[in-house]
Amino acid sequence: MTVAPGRRARRRRESTPASIPAVRRGDALDVAGLPSYGFGTRSLMWWGTAGMSTIETMGFVLMIVVYFDLKSRSLVWPNEGHAPDLFWGTVNLALALLSVVPNIFADQAAKDHDVRKVRLWMIAFVVFGLALLGVRYLEFEHLNVRWDASAYGSAVWVLFGLHTFNLITNYLDSVVVAAVMFKEPIDGKRLVDVAENSGYWWFIVLSWIPIYAVIYWGPRF
Amino acid sequence: MSAGSLSGLGSVASTQALRERARAIVGRGETMLDGAGFGSQAERALQQAWRDEPGLLGFLKTTDHKRIGRRFVCTAFVFFVAAGILAAVMRMQLAFPDNHIVGPDLYNQLFTMHGTTMMFIFAVPIMQGMAVYLVPLLVGTRNTAFPRMTACAYWLFLFGALSLWTGFALNAGADAGWFAYVPLAGPQYGVGKREDIWNNLINLSEAMGLMVAVDLLTVILKMRAPGMSLRRMPIFVWASLVTSLMIIFAMPSVMLAANLAQFDRTFGTHFFNPAEGGDVLIWQHLFWFFGHPEVYFIFLPGLAFVSSIIPTFARRPMFGHDAVVLSLIATGFLSFGLWVHHMFATNLPEVGKGFFTAMSLTIAIPTAVQIFCWIATLWTGRINLRTPLLFVLGFFFILVLGGLTGIMVGSVPFDLQVHDSYFVVAHLHYVLLGGAVFPLFGAFFYWFPKFTGRMLDEHLGRWQFWLFFVGFNVAFFPMHLLGLAGMPRRIYTYGAETGWGTLNLVATIGAAVIALSVLLFIVNVVHAWFKGPRADDNPWNASSLEWATPSPPPAFNFVALPVVASREPLWTREEDEPTHVSGLSAQTREGLVTTVLDAVPDVRYSYPDPSIWPFIAAITVVVWLFWSNMTETGMFYGLIPPAIAFVAWYWPTRKETVEQLLLERKP
Repeated sequence: MTVAPGRRARRRRESTPASIPAVRRGDALDVAGLPSYGFGTRSLMWWGTAGMSTIETMGFVLMIVVYFDLKSRSLVWPNEGHAPDLFWGTVNLALALLSVVPNIFADQAAKDHDVRKVRLWMIAFVVFGLALLGVRYLEFEHLNVRWDASAYGSAVWVLFGLHTFNLITNYLDSVVVAAVMFKEPIDGKRLVDVAENSGYWWFIVLSWIPIYAVIYWGPRF
Repeated sequence: MSAGSLSGLGSVASTQALRERARAIVGRGETMLDGAGFGSQAERALQQAWRDEPGLLGFLKTTDHKRIGRRFVCTAFVFFVAAGILAAVMRMQLAFPDNHIVGPDLYNQLFTMHGTTMMFIFAVPIMQGMAVYLVPLLVGTRNTAFPRMTACAYWLFLFGALSLWTGFALNAGADAGWFAYVPLAGPQYGVGKREDIWNNLINLSEAMGLMVAVDLLTVILKMRAPGMSLRRMPIFVWASLVTSLMIIFAMPSVMLAANLAQFDRTFGTHFFNPAEGGDVLIWQHLFWFFGHPEVYFIFLPGLAFVSSIIPTFARRPMFGHDAVVLSLIATGFLSFGLWVHHMFATNLPEVGKGFFTAMSLTIAIPTAVQIFCWIATLWTGRINLRTPLLFVLGFFFILVLGGLTGIMVGSVPFDLQVHDSYFVVAHLHYVLLGGAVFPLFGAFFYWFPKFTGRMLDEHLGRWQFWLFFVGFNVAFFPMHLLGLAGMPRRIYTYGAETGWGTLNLVATIGAAVIALSVLLFIVNVVHAWFKGPRADDNPWNASSLEWATPSPPPAFNFVALPVVASREPLWTREEDEPTHVSGLSAQTREGLVTTVLDAVPDVRYSYPDPSIWPFIAAITVVVWLFWSNMTETGMFYGLIPPAIAFVAWYWPTRKETVEQLLLERKP
């Protein structure tokens, strides 16, 4: 009988031994039975990712501060060029919000140790991300100002560029994490990586909401 | 343990056959577990598992936090001496009126290189380096949380420092001051590559700082020895935690600022160009929003050294431990509300001036609380007056003086009188040398036995201390008076009619004494390194965990991870409590993850193996930065090599995966 490799991996994975808490043995605290990986805050990588997201959040927040500082010093805003066209930016906001769907499913599949579903949703996610990047390119085409035209243009481009840089980085990260899921054998830490990658994607999506508001609506008020 | 998840190794039906195949791949039999003492088989296995390969490749690949921490400290100290030499040149220039040893252009580079090096290449990295070395030992674990990131951080820092100094050697040393105000550092006035190189250094050194901060934060919150609840955590570790959090919130600001400045220079953006709607003042806000907390993340580790040294040499637990910890946290918060006091001479709303004056005075309170706790600890202890404690006592004197002038310049009317004068130079040196360098030398004497297994010479140490203390005051106290007399900072010479000559000569003599004292320290270190008396595990009879393992510690830090039952684990022994952890793999690099608040054992953790990729990744990042200064396209194409390097860094090998699977248990 032929079984798809994914399904086989999934079934076998369920037979990995369960963990037991630390037990006292004489003067020692025996931790041999503890799990060898954990999800969420049990994973060190969660803390690393949280730290990095905080750093990038500070970067975004400060860049938004710069944007409004420059705006407050200008009688007309945009002081050169026009406000960006709303269409593609709004499409990307919708796409970004929709992209949390494959993201949630990939995350859940990883926590369920369901390798086949992880692969499926990671592929869906990678395709989604490609669409996002494509629309992001169109957004650049419709910013309606050059970075060297004025302080307004500079602020828009850098704020937009910062988010795009994060988007591309996390996208590449997702591609790599997805690719590694096809490299047998697969250990539990890679499933944690999938979950962490999803966590980071939430940051990309959620940070896009205020940045979208600033870039697209900042010049309209 | 079943081998179900090994299925990817092939279609062999039997579990036993799969395990055999897996063991053949990793090249060993049943995994040996740790928990036995020195001299056991488990220890030999640990030696094998944690050994770095010899030679250059092993040097470049190492992820041992102790080796990396030592490198941080040594590299930063070399640059401390280099920047000190620049200071000596400046002092020689200023010793007499109308002196022409150096011209104005070189002088601009001298003070900029001195300040930049001391702040970005010496002070922050050496404090983080000390923490990289000490924190895993203090919390009782085997390495930092992300060892490859620690390694990469060091290489970024080293390359950044070397590039700044290479620029200086090629007459392209940064010359717009250590805070690089625009428009002086902008495209219009900062011509040439000087400020590009400065901006690159900021990117590299701040990336280093942020990486180390995230790393330490994770170690401190998640890798403490079982039983080390937050309430039992040593003050040094608390200070590292607060410092790391401050770095995470402050450093992005200067990185952003440096990049905006660089975009103005490379791409013709207009952030700081008022003619096109830009704002020069936002540079100062962004810089000081980082710059003021920076003073405190240099200063808090200094306080942490003091809080480690005092209980050991007073031979009693810290008086008011909780008050000291709360003061550290309060300082961390307050330090974010002070940055505008560097900008009192700019056009600010009056209410803003009032607020920032009040905050500047408020931050003296938590520091005062700590000083009283230290005094109480010393007062009620049995004092053992060794060199580390001597430096701490010197720190009291100088820091209090620096703090008092800080309160003076914290108020707007006084600040406006002495702004940009030598009074500020005196103040900042009292605070930074008093608050950080004095405790740092104390810390060197205190932990040198742990770092090297040798004791520094006490006699030379006392000479060094007294020369440093006297030289420091002779060099910097007259600067207060010079500032009040109107001498501006950053001038390359002055006329005889100003009457500043005598005090400047005195300051220069003081600087020479400081140089002599640093030279004594170097002699002491070199001598002790090769010929110093051997140190045992705990030469000072201290209470914290780093002294529970040999000096210097083995690559795996602890042969069995400790279990902690009190704040002073080496002074108190609780009956009926386990003393150590067992059951971690001795044949692979395994550690323990515990819970945040109570440090209950939660998950086992496999450290990544040493790798060359952090080193290569650091090189690609540096190449990218310089490429992006040369051409606009470099900004984009230059990102391809780092992307490849980071993927290669992550890419799991078959051996690593199988190793992991053999130890695997589901959560």
